[in-house]
Amino acid sequence: MILAGAGLVALVAVLGIGVALGSVAIAPLDTLAIVTHRLFGIDLGRTWSVSAETIVWDLRVPRVLTSLVVGTALAVAGATFQGLLRNPLADPYVLGTASGAALGAAIAVLLPVRFVILGFGLLQGLAFVGALVSIYTVYRLSRIGGLSPLTSLLLTGYAVGSLLAAGLAMAMYLSGAALRQIFSYLMGGFDTASWPQLAGTLPLVLIGCLLIMVRARSLNGLLLGEETAAHLGIDVSRERAILLSLASLVTAAAVAVSGLIGFVGLVVPHVVRLIVGPNARLVLPLSALGGAVLLAFADVIARSVGDIPVGIVTALIGAPFFIVLLRRARTGYEL
Amino acid sequence: MIELHEVAVAYRDRVVLSGVDLGIRAGERVALVGPNGAGKSTLLRVITGLVTPSRGSVTVGGELLASLDRAAIARRIAVVPQQVIVPFSTRVEELVGLGRLPHEDPLRGARPADRAAVALAIERVGIGHLVGRDVRELSLGERQLTLVALAVAQAAPVLILDEPTVHLDLRHQVATMELLVNLNIHNGTTVVAVLHDLGLAAHFFPRLVLLDGGRIVGDGPSQEVLSGQRIRDVFGVDPSMVRLPAVTA
Repeated sequence: MILAGAGLVALVAVLGIGVALGSVAIAPLDTLAIVTHRLFGIDLGRTWSVSAETIVWDLRVPRVLTSLVVGTALAVAGATFQGLLRNPLADPYVLGTASGAALGAAIAVLLPVRFVILGFGLLQGLAFVGALVSIYTVYRLSRIGGLSPLTSLLLTGYAVGSLLAAGLAMAMYLSGAALRQIFSYLMGGFDTASWPQLAGTLPLVLIGCLLIMVRARSLNGLLLGEETAAHLGIDVSRERAILLSLASLVTAAAVAVSGLIGFVGLVVPHVVRLIVGPNARLVLPLSALGGAVLLAFADVIARSVGDIPVGIVTALIGAPFFIVLLRRARTGYEL
Repeated sequence: MIELHEVAVAYRDRVVLSGVDLGIRAGERVALVGPNGAGKSTLLRVITGLVTPSRGSVTVGGELLASLDRAAIARRIAVVPQQVIVPFSTRVEELVGLGRLPHEDPLRGARPADRAAVALAIERVGIGHLVGRDVRELSLGERQLTLVALAVAQAAPVLILDEPTVHLDLRHQVATMELLVNLNIHNGTTVVAVLHDLGLAAHFFPRLVLLDGGRIVGDGPSQEVLSGQRIRDVFGVDPSMVRLPAVTA
């Protein structure tokens, strides 16, 4: 409860800071006036320029909100994959979604076609499709052969991921001047954030995350392995398929708009678990909150130090924080 | 309580169980014994619905097992997991709490009744002193008792165990056995356990079911089931090598 409260306060704070800060200085009171005017139609008796309004309302607000949504998606998907695969090293990208999305994005960059529908370009579309196709391939391939489903999933994910990575490397090699564009997708960021893009991503992430949280019971059952889960009343193969689909959908929706942002999906669920224990009923919503705050905060830093890719910031904040937490964890932490 | 009729199980063309007829009444304490590969674990997996027999039928409490979904089975049969690996730091009471999953409201999670059942299971198994500790720091014996508590919290009329004493020292073996007897006598829980140690089985279980080559070759009190000739035939060892307290006493 206290944790959730603190998280919400942090959320509001990062929302405020994210909207107020930027490369163009706009007075905080002007910013507040623009937002309240746009949101509630209340006039605070201040005047501002049209460009200020565009910057605040059409650039900063959607950007902060997108970072919140993507952070939520990555953290919830990470917690789900970790629980599902019973692997603390799992993250949203573990089953090849990242490579699939990256290859999709790279192909989009190389194709000489350009269009934007509702804020979504070819890049976002192909990244989304690439992520889903790759995880579907992994899932189908993993069901062939005699290995246990989990081992098979992980190994197939690794194999397909490597294959896609080779394709990505090839695409980058061939890309010439477009290399920088592919590279910037790989590093992740919210440069292209817009209201229409947010409107496309938010429902997918929100519904996906809610449906995952409703299945917290299944994730809890899987803590002790699939056989024990079955004895505890979980229909394991069905729940595995459902959770895998939802987590992949959420991941794909996130990476399509943000590129590949590391660490959030790995670290946030662990940090939450170290504090509240393994109960998915707590881990999932608190991860959602933590992921949102961390990524929005990381994006504020990324913008304020000259618009560097946000993935660099998440790694720079995430890794040391994680190491400190492991050292003072309530108990030993083993893999 | 549990009725198996003409049950056969085959993996591809390898027959693991055949012609198994077994009836277990409510409140019984039954040990399944037999050499490695006799089909004991498979029999347990048939009873718990993890393996669907290729022939025959299984009923639990009068209902066909095949007609029950996993949650319904879990409310009737609790299984003590074999030694498990816990991927995340988990406290003893959190682990025991998983036993309440079949009873939990999918949306709201554990309710006061669930928490009470967990506290009761912890007290019943006598692991109150372990509360608050990480399961991964426990000794094997303590871990085993925690897993039994998980199954007790499940509050099912039938408790099933596969080799509950393997890896345990003598003291913990006896403690586990006494706990099972206790649950059986005081809670009326039906206990079905696969045991390797014929001595423990004979001492703590009034009924033994001996399997060999996928068939039941003996069923009854230990004196009947574990005759010297049977031990020689089934296990291929000199019966004097086997410590059988109930027989020798």
